[in-house]
Amino acid sequence: MAETVNGIAFALLALASVGGSVATLATRNVVHASFWLLEVMIALAGLFLLLTAEFMAMVQLLVYAGAVSVLLLFVIMLTLRRREDAIRPRDWSWPAAGMAALFGGLILSAVARYTPSNVRMPQVAPDVAGFGKLLFTAWMLPFELASLVLLVALIGAVWWSKEGDD
Amino acid sequence: MSVGLPAFLILAAVLFSIGLYGAVSRKSAVLVLMSLELMSAAVNLNLIAFSRFVTPLKMTGQFFAVFVMVVSAAEIGLGLALVLAIYRQARSIELTGLTRLKG
Repeated sequence: MAETVNGIAFALLALASVGGSVATLATRNVVHASFWLLEVMIALAGLFLLLTAEFMAMVQLLVYAGAVSVLLLFVIMLTLRRREDAIRPRDWSWPAAGMAALFGGLILSAVARYTPSNVRMPQVAPDVAGFGKLLFTAWMLPFELASLVLLVALIGAVWWSKEGDD
Repeated sequence: MSVGLPAFLILAAVLFSIGLYGAVSRKSAVLVLMSLELMSAAVNLNLIAFSRFVTPLKMTGQFFAVFVMVVSAAEIGLGLALVLAIYRQARSIELTGLTRLKG
């Protein structure tokens, strides 16, 4: 799959991701919602593989499907003490739906208007070795800044979630 | 049958809109954070699709997606720590209950 994307695989993964994200918002149980989000993230990792971004697919699985969903489940467990608390009343909101539909329609019309439909997938495919080489040469400074951002976020998360006496 | 760039862009726009609706309409802080994750994942799909179709060897979009992932991981960690802090103060994570700063 160096120069084309398999239509059937794309259709299946697109269906899985859109269906999973609708189910995330449609289910009334918060725990079920976090598992549906996990399914969406796995489907997106599959889409990254279709785009020959193997490293991004692996990171997607590790960070979103692994770390973030476990973190979400931990917070749900810590904040909802009883089983009944996980079942929420449906909160549909017509203004929010209208805003999201307006935004989506705007983006879709922009895609339809400005994307040239004859963009062919280039024959050359990105590879992980080239990715690593570029990450540690051209993107060296942003990479180090990103690690600093993660360090600050780590310290901040520990600071906020510690049992304070304030 | 092969799929081109517009299909990926349309899919990402649909996912982003669903996430936007969730982020605005939900009243539980955890569900709002989940919707934010959905939105940033949709942005990543857009960036990687552009990277594959336009700059396959420079991989600019993939590097942008890496940094989006870093920021969204930091955001979810800090967000969930905030949710825990709010829970300790108010014994609830309902966003409608947080009206202390309301004038």
